[in-house]
Amino acid sequence: MRECESGDMSVKQLPVGHPLSSPELANHALLYMWRIRKFEEAVEELFGRGMMHGTMHLSIGQEASPTGVCMALSIKDQITSTHRGHGHCIAKGADLTRMIAELLGKKIGYCGGRGGSMHIADVETGNLGANGVVAGGIPIAAGAALASKMMRTGTVVVSFFGDGAMNEGAFHEAANLAAIWRLPMILFCENNRYGMSSSTAKAFAIDNLADRSKGYGIPGINVDGNDVVAVYEVAHAAVSRAKSGQGPTLIVADTYRWKGHSRSDKNLYRTKEEIEQWRAKDPIPRFITSSLKAGLLTQEQCDAIQREATAAVKSAVNESLRAEPADPLHLLEAVFKVNTP
Amino acid sequence: MSNNRMLTMAEAIREAMSIALDERPEVFLLGEDVGIYGGAFGVSGDMYHRYGAERVLDTPISELGIVGAAVGAALSGMRPIVEIQFSDFTAQAMDQIANQAAKIHFMLGGALHVPMVLRTPQGSGTGAAAQHSQNLEIWFASVPGLKVVVPSNPADAKGLLLAAIDDPNPVIFLEHKLLYKSPGIDPVPEGSTRIPLGVSKIVREGGDVTIVATGIMVSRSYQACKTIATEGISVELIDPRTITPLDMKPIFESVEKTGRLIVVQEGPAHAGFINEVIAQVTGSPSFGSLIAPIRRLAGLNIPIPYAPQLEHAAVPQVEDIEAAVRKIVADWQ
Repeated sequence: MRECESGDMSVKQLPVGHPLSSPELANHALLYMWRIRKFEEAVEELFGRGMMHGTMHLSIGQEASPTGVCMALSIKDQITSTHRGHGHCIAKGADLTRMIAELLGKKIGYCGGRGGSMHIADVETGNLGANGVVAGGIPIAAGAALASKMMRTGTVVVSFFGDGAMNEGAFHEAANLAAIWRLPMILFCENNRYGMSSSTAKAFAIDNLADRSKGYGIPGINVDGNDVVAVYEVAHAAVSRAKSGQGPTLIVADTYRWKGHSRSDKNLYRTKEEIEQWRAKDPIPRFITSSLKAGLLTQEQCDAIQREATAAVKSAVNESLRAEPADPLHLLEAVFKVNTP
Repeated sequence: MSNNRMLTMAEAIREAMSIALDERPEVFLLGEDVGIYGGAFGVSGDMYHRYGAERVLDTPISELGIVGAAVGAALSGMRPIVEIQFSDFTAQAMDQIANQAAKIHFMLGGALHVPMVLRTPQGSGTGAAAQHSQNLEIWFASVPGLKVVVPSNPADAKGLLLAAIDDPNPVIFLEHKLLYKSPGIDPVPEGSTRIPLGVSKIVREGGDVTIVATGIMVSRSYQACKTIATEGISVELIDPRTITPLDMKPIFESVEKTGRLIVVQEGPAHAGFINEVIAQVTGSPSFGSLIAPIRRLAGLNIPIPYAPQLEHAAVPQVEDIEAAVRKIVADWQ
């Protein structure tokens, strides 16, 4: 159950709509892709300087998928996320300071330092949480969608997961439940081609992961996951379908993570050439080109948007570094919620 | 008439679920065959006909999916009761139980909580062999973030289940199959009454020996106490009722009175729940009151076997408890 209702006035609904339908929406799409990119770069730098501990899973190169999907969602719509979840959090509207603070183990962090990178949830923006277990969030998303259906809230739930998750039993069971109960849910696979070191070629006997949808009797859609416009369009169609009671959709977005799986990754399983090929498909310049061509943004505006994102992340990092560390004093009381009738 | 109403444990649990469904629109029951079939052990009975297919929701055979769906529904404003047909099958759902439900409130900084009850039958004695007969209470008790309830009789089952449904945390509710059809010792109160989680019950007062037992072992111990009483030995029987949270105070007080402690559980002795009770007694000032070594009666460290005589030998029986009481009194005067 949520602590705060998502109608909280302190949290703003982010712009919703087609990224190329207005200057405001183009601005938003570009700004949020840059916010994700700059956030991940800051995290990498803080790790590199030994200022963060634990591990990290960066989503650099994958910014278009969370941004495009969340532009099709209202603040009341929910998401579940993954171990590589910073982008989903940001795209749904999370506060950058509380995110960085969590990674730095600070009291003001989203989890008060108890969860770290893989466990950020932001109830006010409908984010039910990242997840440290591959496919762990998919059945949870099905349950949230079941609640939406039972409570007739009219909301939709998007479960983000990676290609690796599609070989987990949890994916199968949740996809089937969503299908038989016609739940307002979107199963959104960010196919970044590798589950740690296992390529999809090694881990699947089918070429097109979206074909799995046939086994559940639901639509399976492929999309260029590095094209924020295309992602928005398929997500919007799936949201409309879900909200009109027609049930779930599986979307498989082709994308690529530029960085290793986590900080221990030495990239032994892929080539430099492959990484370079995908860097050339960087979603950010692609969207800049489209926006310029559509006359929605100028080059000066695009540059200013990048600076705005850089400044927002920098200020979040600085504020977090100054924040009070989490203390172990009340850990025991934090395990159970106290019953307040 | 309400003072002597006897129900079976299955009836008492069904009554508690029905009261919860009547009182709160967010409560619903889901699980395999809980609908028109009435539940594998008949616990949901006619609820499908009374509450409809949406609130008594049949699911495919997908334990991980079902529990995950319950977790997600609980995060989003519902209050699910999920039934898993045999506790053995919770192994299929353990990620959602141990990694998700148990940890969400703590790990996510208190932003979310999971008001979910997972009901499941456990235990041996039905000839169903090793994959349908385990007592797995210690699995759940070893995961911080789960509350674990082990009702031993219909009246407690009703009150504890209503309290579990009210609880904002995930509660694992372990029902013993052999108790479903048993009427218990005490009448079941009418209406919407709760028994708080974390309060041990003194089932029977006595001065010579303290027995601490849970679930099916409470009724076996009770039977043993009655026989032993005719031999002039008085046993104080304590049922913790909930393993997490665990109320040790009445156990300490009883040990101080009797000086002799026997702990009984159905699950295997190795790393079992009773070892926690023993550890807490030995580490407390009550330890000084003991005049006898603590006696542990538990299941053998084996999978539950099939043949009746083998299964009988695998877990403590009434005669084992009687013998243990006689011996501890005879040996330690």
